[in-house]
Amino acid sequence: MTTKKFYNAIFASGIAFVLTCMMVGIKLDTESTTLRIEGASAEQWGWIGLGIALVFLSQLFADQIDAVFGKVPKPNLGKLMPAGEKRDVLKPWLMAALIVGMLVWPFMVSRGSVDLATLTLIYIMLGLGLNIVVGLAGLLDLGFVAFYAVGAYTYALLSQYAGLSFWACLPISAGLAALFGFILGFPVLRLRGDYLAIVTLGFGEIIRILLNNWTAVTGGPSGISGIAKPTLFGLEFTRRVKEEGNVPFHEFFGISYSSSYKVIFLYLIAVILVIFVVYLINRLMRMPIGRAWEALREDEIACRSLGLNRTMIKLSAFTIGASTAGFAGAFFAARQGFISPESFIFIESAIILAIVVLGGMGSQIGVILAAIVMTILPELAREFSEYRMLLFGLLMVLMMRWRPEGLVPMKRPHLELKT
Amino acid sequence: MTETSLYVIQQLINGLTIGSTYALIAIGYTMVYGIIGMINFAHGEIYMIGSYITFIVIAGLLGMGFVSLPIILIIALIIAVITASTYGWTIERVAYRPLRGSNRLIPLISAIGMSIFLQNYVVLSQSSRDVALPPQITGGWTFGDPSVFEVSFSYMQLLIWVATVVVMVLLTLFISRSRMGRACRACSEDLGMTNLLGIETNRIIALTFIVGAALAAIAGLLLGLYYGVVNPFIGFIAGLKAFTAAVLGGIGSIPGAMLGGLILGVTEAMTSAFFPSEYKDVVSFGLLVLILLFRPSGILGKPEVEKV
Amino acid sequence: MSQLLLDVNGLTMRFGGLVAVDHVNLAVKNRQVVSIIGPNGAGKTTVFNCLSGFYIPSEGSVMFNGQQIAGKKDFQISRQGLVRTFQHVRLFSKMTVIENMLVAQHRHLNTNLLAGLLKTGSYRRLEQEAMDRAAYWLKEMDLLEFANREAGNLAYGQQRRLEIARCMVTQPELLLLDEPAAGLNPNETKELDELIVRLRDEHEISVLLIEHDMKLVMGISDHIYVIAQGAPLANGTPDEVKNNPDVIKAYLGEE
Repeated sequence: MTTKKFYNAIFASGIAFVLTCMMVGIKLDTESTTLRIEGASAEQWGWIGLGIALVFLSQLFADQIDAVFGKVPKPNLGKLMPAGEKRDVLKPWLMAALIVGMLVWPFMVSRGSVDLATLTLIYIMLGLGLNIVVGLAGLLDLGFVAFYAVGAYTYALLSQYAGLSFWACLPISAGLAALFGFILGFPVLRLRGDYLAIVTLGFGEIIRILLNNWTAVTGGPSGISGIAKPTLFGLEFTRRVKEEGNVPFHEFFGISYSSSYKVIFLYLIAVILVIFVVYLINRLMRMPIGRAWEALREDEIACRSLGLNRTMIKLSAFTIGASTAGFAGAFFAARQGFISPESFIFIESAIILAIVVLGGMGSQIGVILAAIVMTILPELAREFSEYRMLLFGLLMVLMMRWRPEGLVPMKRPHLELKT
Repeated sequence: MTETSLYVIQQLINGLTIGSTYALIAIGYTMVYGIIGMINFAHGEIYMIGSYITFIVIAGLLGMGFVSLPIILIIALIIAVITASTYGWTIERVAYRPLRGSNRLIPLISAIGMSIFLQNYVVLSQSSRDVALPPQITGGWTFGDPSVFEVSFSYMQLLIWVATVVVMVLLTLFISRSRMGRACRACSEDLGMTNLLGIETNRIIALTFIVGAALAAIAGLLLGLYYGVVNPFIGFIAGLKAFTAAVLGGIGSIPGAMLGGLILGVTEAMTSAFFPSEYKDVVSFGLLVLILLFRPSGILGKPEVEKV
Repeated sequence: MSQLLLDVNGLTMRFGGLVAVDHVNLAVKNRQVVSIIGPNGAGKTTVFNCLSGFYIPSEGSVMFNGQQIAGKKDFQISRQGLVRTFQHVRLFSKMTVIENMLVAQHRHLNTNLLAGLLKTGSYRRLEQEAMDRAAYWLKEMDLLEFANREAGNLAYGQQRRLEIARCMVTQPELLLLDEPAAGLNPNETKELDELIVRLRDEHEISVLLIEHDMKLVMGISDHIYVIAQGAPLANGTPDEVKNNPDVIKAYLGEE
């Protein structure tokens, strides 16, 4: 241990102390009209002390720690899958097994689990949609939640005022979200990366503020409630019919009412939507547009020199991504029965972005895994729910430092020339 | 004078006040962007922390029986600046420096993560509720016709104006006269070259973050006293507004940040004068979008030519 | 009277106070190889950038096939048949060679979303045609065996050839080559020489190149333009230029 290391460690501990002594060590408290401060409890000081000690030790032994971590292999879930031709043969069987499993599973578990799974599927849809924009086309969109909101409010309003069914509204929501994507994207997509990020963030906020204040149409902060749930060819999943002419599901089949049917039905719809989105993206990656996205990400100048119109190409990614969010939004509104601007704040965009980045930009499997982890982990670790967002932010910083490619680095299917 | 014109003058005063604080925060953004070309997403949170520290120190000193307001404020200023600068330095060291050189997306995501981390750090260590401080500096001048409309120009507003001007002057002197300031300018022109010339660019970059954080802390102190309320989420909106100001004036240009801040502040004040106040945020973001669309280099910036 | 393929008059490019290109004139006929030479920093690449639409010229007219293209956008000019390569090879290195060739043909493919999703007949036909064209050019450039290899894994000389192949597959009329021989050994340079002649004679396109390799330039050029410090210095046939005292002075300095 050299003296330099020692001084480094002291310095780092000093910094840690300055950072925490006031913010954590002292707590502001309002007592009637005066502002008081309270020293932190002994326990909290204990934590602070521990933290400082940790900083001190990690700086002191920095080299040794780095050596140990260097030996730990970086997680590469991609290696879990068998390579090459075995994979091609195995893949359709795995897919089929997976789909069958997903369809059968809900009947065997509790209602709560199915509900959680449905929520996860929503985030998977959103993650896949943003993946098109960020992962495939390389555009940083921080306002993705705006399209989510457009989809949700479109269904909510159409269902309330025009009485359209969920299935009719689904394409309309996607279409309207795509239109918003087009209008928003057209002027801004030629901006440089970080500017684009901020502008899209701004757009997201503008949409949220408009939704919050245009009370006449959107219900303002109280939102819209009583949104109709989707039906199966006119069969409603409620105890008593809400709409004239519909028959309750359980009556039609002569079975007793159970709220599980509704939950399972919603889950199955989500599964279908996700399968559709996955299929869509798989096709897109093999089409000229998918190739153009990758080429644009690699070298924009070369693309321009070959006659590619980068604005149109970026726009298509933006629009398709937006329409996926529209799908998810309509479904979200249908599932909750109630929406308000509170569900569409910036943090949601950040969470979806985190899912894409942590999963591995461009990699669908990675995004799906990340969405599952992000949704289910907080449920499992209920006691830590206070710390959820804190750890989330920390995770983003750490992942960027140690594994920016994400959990599953992207492996794009290459086009082969058959000679 | 007519009621409307008095009202407009009031809004002008308010706008310039807020605008100068935007300018202080915007300088942090513009300096960092000018040197390493990245948006320090967590900068808004530094401003928020500056506000919190101010409140803590003031509440503490008042509780201990201190009476002299100027002394309290000076102590608060010193502690807030030191603490915020430490935060700024640490953030750069921990979240940005290891990522320098990778593609733009990665440091930006790290910055967003840092911003979320800091917000929730404050939520957990303090609380997510509003914390209020009784007004410390009260009183001011009024003019106008009491039966029509009275324009008030408070001492607090005067303090903000004076403080901002002093800070700007000091900063400008520092940048243009001192050795460190010269190094800062060199770095923002050509980081690689400056490095090759033997200047320790890492230190300069750290200095940039520290100066930016210090200014944000001052803004935090001033606005904390002005509004009298803080919560962990004020950094987000303030950060966006300040970034808008920086872009408006020309990213990378310190005078631009000052100009942009004032313009934004006045525009917001005028908007909230004649429209429902929630829409002033829409106007700010709208301004950002328009500027980026039509003159991305900002008012005082130079249009960039792409090298092929 | 055969129309000039490329007719450039008074081309000027200013960056603030700096005049990078000063009233340059060029003329390229059909099936011609024209070279631009000059000392380093003379503004030759800037001329290319102006011609190909990456810069908007401050002044001057650029007529391509009788149409004014000065001021048009880069991708528009490329679509009209004027394509270029770059000083530092710009390939899509993570994509395969064949994919590079397909991206170049983007606008000849069916990019309609629905057609692609449903794999309609027209979609598949156009994809196949593009593959065939790509294969043809890869064969011409002797790169067919690398078709499925990542472009970044090719040797430097092969990458250069791929860049040219990629340009050719867009069916251009005028090919702008920016220092195509840079970094090539004498053997490869000879192959490049033969390639350019083949492009002109068999594929009937014109080539405008910037080069420093005098042997190559003198050997294949139909016409040469000399540019120094952004301004035209001389032009003529290889023999005329070789013996022009101003040119000699510009390259070798005063006696």
